[in-house]
Amino acid sequence: MAARVHGLMAEFDDARHLVLAAASAREAGYRRMDAYSPFPIEELHEALGAHHSRLPLIVLIGGAVGCIGGFLLQYWASAIAYPVNVGGRPFNSWPAFIPVTFECTILGAALSAVFGMLALNGLPMPYHPVFNVPRFALASRNRFFLCIEARDRQFDLEKTRAFLEGLKAREVSTVAD
Amino acid sequence: MDSTPHIETPAPIMRPGHTFGSVTDKISSIVLTQKTPKGWYLGFALAFMLAMLLFVSLGYLVVKGIGIWGNNQPVDWAWDITNFVWWIGIGHAGTLISAILLLLRQSWRTSINRFAEAMTLFAVSCAGIFPLFHTGRPWLAYWLLPYPNTMGVWPQFRSPLLWDVFAVSTYATVSLLFWFVGLIPDLATLRDRSQSRVGRIIYGFLALGWRGSAKHWHQYETAYLLLAGLATPLVVSVHTVVSFDFAVSIVPGWHTTIFPPYFVAGAIYSGFAMVLTLAIPIRAVYRLEDFITMRHLQNMAKVMLVTGLIVGYGYMVEAFVAWYSADHYEGFVPINRMTGPYALQYWSLIFCNIATPQALWFKRVRTSVPALFVISIIVNIGMWLERFVIIVTSLHRDFLPSSWGMYAPTFWDWSTFLGTIGLFLSLLFLFLRFLPMISIFEMRTMLPGAKVDDDGRHF
Repeated sequence: MAARVHGLMAEFDDARHLVLAAASAREAGYRRMDAYSPFPIEELHEALGAHHSRLPLIVLIGGAVGCIGGFLLQYWASAIAYPVNVGGRPFNSWPAFIPVTFECTILGAALSAVFGMLALNGLPMPYHPVFNVPRFALASRNRFFLCIEARDRQFDLEKTRAFLEGLKAREVSTVAD
Repeated sequence: MDSTPHIETPAPIMRPGHTFGSVTDKISSIVLTQKTPKGWYLGFALAFMLAMLLFVSLGYLVVKGIGIWGNNQPVDWAWDITNFVWWIGIGHAGTLISAILLLLRQSWRTSINRFAEAMTLFAVSCAGIFPLFHTGRPWLAYWLLPYPNTMGVWPQFRSPLLWDVFAVSTYATVSLLFWFVGLIPDLATLRDRSQSRVGRIIYGFLALGWRGSAKHWHQYETAYLLLAGLATPLVVSVHTVVSFDFAVSIVPGWHTTIFPPYFVAGAIYSGFAMVLTLAIPIRAVYRLEDFITMRHLQNMAKVMLVTGLIVGYGYMVEAFVAWYSADHYEGFVPINRMTGPYALQYWSLIFCNIATPQALWFKRVRTSVPALFVISIIVNIGMWLERFVIIVTSLHRDFLPSSWGMYAPTFWDWSTFLGTIGLFLSLLFLFLRFLPMISIFEMRTMLPGAKVDDDGRHF
């Protein structure tokens, strides 16, 4: 049985070549691709065709939920469920509820930042085909990779390989699915 | 235009000549391949013995009750709360380094943020033990949380002690998340470089399948920056709330508005002192002088000097307001601190926190590693004494002389405190052995090869 192909992976020596290669591949019409690097490269994300992250919105919602939830919890507990009359002072003594409201806001926002980031990235993901390339272990050390995926409309094992080799790739390997 | 020849270039953040590969190998080899230094075994053994002492002390406390401590009436808060505030304060430098200095684009923070964050986590764990066991019935500590219960009661949300529960538990959670998010790419590096099957499985499990995709990095950077932005007001709020534990009461010596800023500055002061106390031996033992350079030590010394001066200002304002209030009881507190039965502790605190750090004005002191180490330890002691003086001297002279008392620590006060130092150091030793103590991926971004544009733009 012929092994199915996830895509073609080109390896580069430095960040600059990877960014140039990603930009060239996009110019050549490739869309289904991803680049891998040992540290964040801002230009790389742009070269691949940047999308705005939805994460800030998620964090805003998380913070708002924490804020409103935190306040309502205190209001409900202090004014409705268990009102304690201290010398006729108001049950909804909102200034005293600010510190806990603040902490709940931060907690809600921070939890949604972390779990939102993981969810948007599809992590945890124990298996991914790119790990089938033995040299890919260096992506977490000092090498830079560009993978054009087989589901791209323009993908063709021969032509895409020739294209990647033309981008001064150190090595081009087939990624088994 | 004339060029000025005498401008001194600051010491580099990283010794030149490193590459992506060498940075990765050097830091990951400490965990993966290097032989563990003999000092590690010795240090861990000593720390672990003290940690066992903590478990004995807490076990005995659960059996006998908090009467085994020296706490009494009127000194019902003593070493337990002193230690709590001291440990929480130490933790604050980690968050300051990782979050506030990130937002201020202080790139030198990169070599020290990982272990400073670890220090935060371990310090907060030690801090939490004290209020938990001071309740006397730690098995009922969940009563502090708002949950529907058959008793039909709810916590008192107007109390600073409850604010503290929320502040400290949020702080512990966010610090853990921040630390773990920062570790994910480095855990992937360890997974890819580990030679042993067990290592690959454990680090691989923890790395969550991280593969360094550009799309992932983009979300990751956004999340990291947002977390830094959230942790910054959080860290300020935590010690503010801790100071409310005192300031909201009407006890003379506690009831003062300078407490929040002065507690926050004190926290950063003691935290930086602790980072120096830890960083100096670690960089020597693991030969990390390439990454933790004199520049880092000097910068930390400067932060200590500044926060130390803010703390000194706090002491002055405290004494001034006590006098200016024309309140009999308030006015008595500073006089009693300076001349009363705890005068020795007070003047030691002034010596440790105000006098000693003035040496840091001199460059010769700031560039001397042994001097910095000694000063950092003195400041740690001073900040502990500060909390002791604030807590015990304010309480031991109650409003009526018939209610005056004295406090002296017992064996169990000592053993619990030393025990938490043992727990802290044990956790730190385990961290040094099993996780990268310097953020590898952030160090890579500091290298010249990480720049892509010709116009020198970098990230």
